[in-house]
Amino acid sequence: MKLITANAPHIRSFDNVRSIMIDVLIALIPAVIGASIFFGWYALFLSILGMAVGELIDYIIMRWIRGKKDFMPDGSGAVTGVLLALNVSARLPVGIFLIGLIFALGVGKHVFGGLGQNIFNPALVGRVFLMISFPTYMTTWIVPGAGFFKSPWDVQTAATPLMILKEGGHMNITYWDLFIGKVGGSLGETSVLLLLIGFVYLLLRKRIKVMIPISYIGTVFVMTAIFYAINPKFGDPIFHILSGGLMLGALFMATDMVTSPITRKGQLIFGLGCGVLTVVIRLFGAYPEGVSLSILFMNSLVPIIDAVTKPRVFGEVKR
Amino acid sequence: MKLFTFRGGVHPPERKELSKDREIVRAPLPSRVFVSMSNHTGAPAKPVVEVGQEVKTGQVIGEPTAFISAYVHSPVTGKVVEIKKMLHPVIGRPIDTVVIERTSDDDWELLPHGDFERFSKEELVDIVKKAGIVGLGGAMFPTHVKLSPPPEKRIDTLIINGAECEPYLTIDHRLMLERAEDIVHGISIMKKILDVEEVIVGIENNKIDAIENMKKVLRGIAKVYALRTKYPQGSEKQLIYAVTGRKVPSGGLPMDVGVVVQNVGTAVAIKEAVADGKPLVERGLTVTGEGVNEPKNLIVRIGSPVSWILEFCGGVKEETNRIILGGPMMGIAIRDVNTPIFKGTSGIVALLPEKPLVPKPCIRCSRCVEACPMNLQPYLLYLLALKKRYDDAVKEGLMDCIECGSCAFICPSKIEHVRYIKLAKNVYRALRGGKK
Repeated sequence: MKLITANAPHIRSFDNVRSIMIDVLIALIPAVIGASIFFGWYALFLSILGMAVGELIDYIIMRWIRGKKDFMPDGSGAVTGVLLALNVSARLPVGIFLIGLIFALGVGKHVFGGLGQNIFNPALVGRVFLMISFPTYMTTWIVPGAGFFKSPWDVQTAATPLMILKEGGHMNITYWDLFIGKVGGSLGETSVLLLLIGFVYLLLRKRIKVMIPISYIGTVFVMTAIFYAINPKFGDPIFHILSGGLMLGALFMATDMVTSPITRKGQLIFGLGCGVLTVVIRLFGAYPEGVSLSILFMNSLVPIIDAVTKPRVFGEVKR
Repeated sequence: MKLFTFRGGVHPPERKELSKDREIVRAPLPSRVFVSMSNHTGAPAKPVVEVGQEVKTGQVIGEPTAFISAYVHSPVTGKVVEIKKMLHPVIGRPIDTVVIERTSDDDWELLPHGDFERFSKEELVDIVKKAGIVGLGGAMFPTHVKLSPPPEKRIDTLIINGAECEPYLTIDHRLMLERAEDIVHGISIMKKILDVEEVIVGIENNKIDAIENMKKVLRGIAKVYALRTKYPQGSEKQLIYAVTGRKVPSGGLPMDVGVVVQNVGTAVAIKEAVADGKPLVERGLTVTGEGVNEPKNLIVRIGSPVSWILEFCGGVKEETNRIILGGPMMGIAIRDVNTPIFKGTSGIVALLPEKPLVPKPCIRCSRCVEACPMNLQPYLLYLLALKKRYDDAVKEGLMDCIECGSCAFICPSKIEHVRYIKLAKNVYRALRGGKK
């Protein structure tokens, strides 16, 4: 018998970073399936490519550029890859997508020191980078439901519901279409239903900072309700919470553990800030959609939010 | 059933089934004991015996050297063969240890004893002190100090800790089933000493039989509160909050909120001292873990070597790589199987090898913050300790950490928060020149 030095506690939970990342990937499966149904095989291809290449880029950077010889894949690169795929148009060329993914992981994550150190959500960094660099590719949407085997370049283009709203055009989209995702938009954002299924999975597995989506979506609902009451041209609140990237952003991007606040109170404030900014950009900004920018902006405030929402230590006397 | 609890905590696997149905058995008398002069929190005792001297069971071999210190007695009848410095696994440095070779069966040297009603409060506290009784839950804080609060601290509630929230351990559970009368006797003595009306026995609801049994035996002397099974339910501050709603102030003691907490094992020890005149020379403990061939609940003499106790439990499996004094959440891994047990050793847990855990960077999942029963931010304390920013760590509540290990247990990145927090506390204390 050989005894080893060990520190208390001597038993540890089974969870680890990889199991959390795998659960996030599982939660994204419904959205990926939905994207394939609505936008065809190319959507499925981009998602799987994102997952594989994302993990590979992480591995290469860690092992060969940062010289961490003991690095083992943890799944976080794959999560970023899938999320970026779900955030782009079904007609984005592979090359551009890969440039975005390299930027997302390289600049969005590893420049800051890698997993756990990044301030901004890497997938959103990639998305915004592509939006600025390749705006045409990033905003050319296609009509959903053209068939799985059809090339996206043969499919008619479509406007997103939020673009129609911004331009004051005529809208013949039902809430049901928005809910199941039969509308134009980026791969994974259109179907509220499928995103919610993934969210419930994470909820059951206790893998999500649940306060963030509640306060984010709640804020958007309340604010747009107020503006709708003032002037119906702003769009009604149900339309707003079902449209665009809100669900994808609120459920899977804003809840990124690394880039969101630690305490429940902080998460509430974070969601609130995201909600306010999203509504302001949607209704008064130059862009039809503001989820990405709102979350990135709030990411930058996380250290301050953490500092002001510090929990009071048990038994600490009120100062 | 109404369940009492606290905020935070974790649910480690309980693993109590290994030993919970095993009746307490008395281990044979050891042939040799190693009795540390630090069998309590506070200043080590001073040895008052010499090498070669004959000692009786229960004879004083160490005397307290300060207010927070305690008597130490010989656990066997025999001869002092050596007084040497031995590495103390809790304190981490060598402490005077009296080695006694047993020469015969017990020849007791007893304390004045009898019906507790005959004694005054002061006499009872003195018996507890002379019996060398310390908190048997693990902290080993001298019991007579807890039982003699300064007059300005008004004590109105006595809490008996039967939570036993550490995984694996079952000795308190067995005591509440097999020695309930003695526990009640001990409670009555403490009730008289502290002059309190309100006595609450807190038991986690994974021990329904113990809850029922204690209710039956207590006959109104104390209330039994069922506690939610959650670690660290038996931590003093969390237990007080769960049953009274009072929060012990940061840096303060239970007596600051009018409460005294005693472990069920301590209640038994008090009964044995007052009614039978026996000083604290033995205690109940659980020998368990996947590495032990025959898990048992035992009564063992203080100072018995761990190797000898394990031998009595059928030995350990060859692959065993960790032996823990105490429970697996807060206990200490020993390197030397000949280490003796102490008054605070509530268990010996032998664990088999597990896949080595490689710490990953913190991913800010916030589980440590949610789990911390003290409302601290363990991830932050860890980072500050790592960066040697001790003053900042203290501002973030470093000294309030109770080292329960909930954060390190739950962490998906396998960060050893408690290890770094303990280190930071020690460095901070050393830098402050031992003050506070």
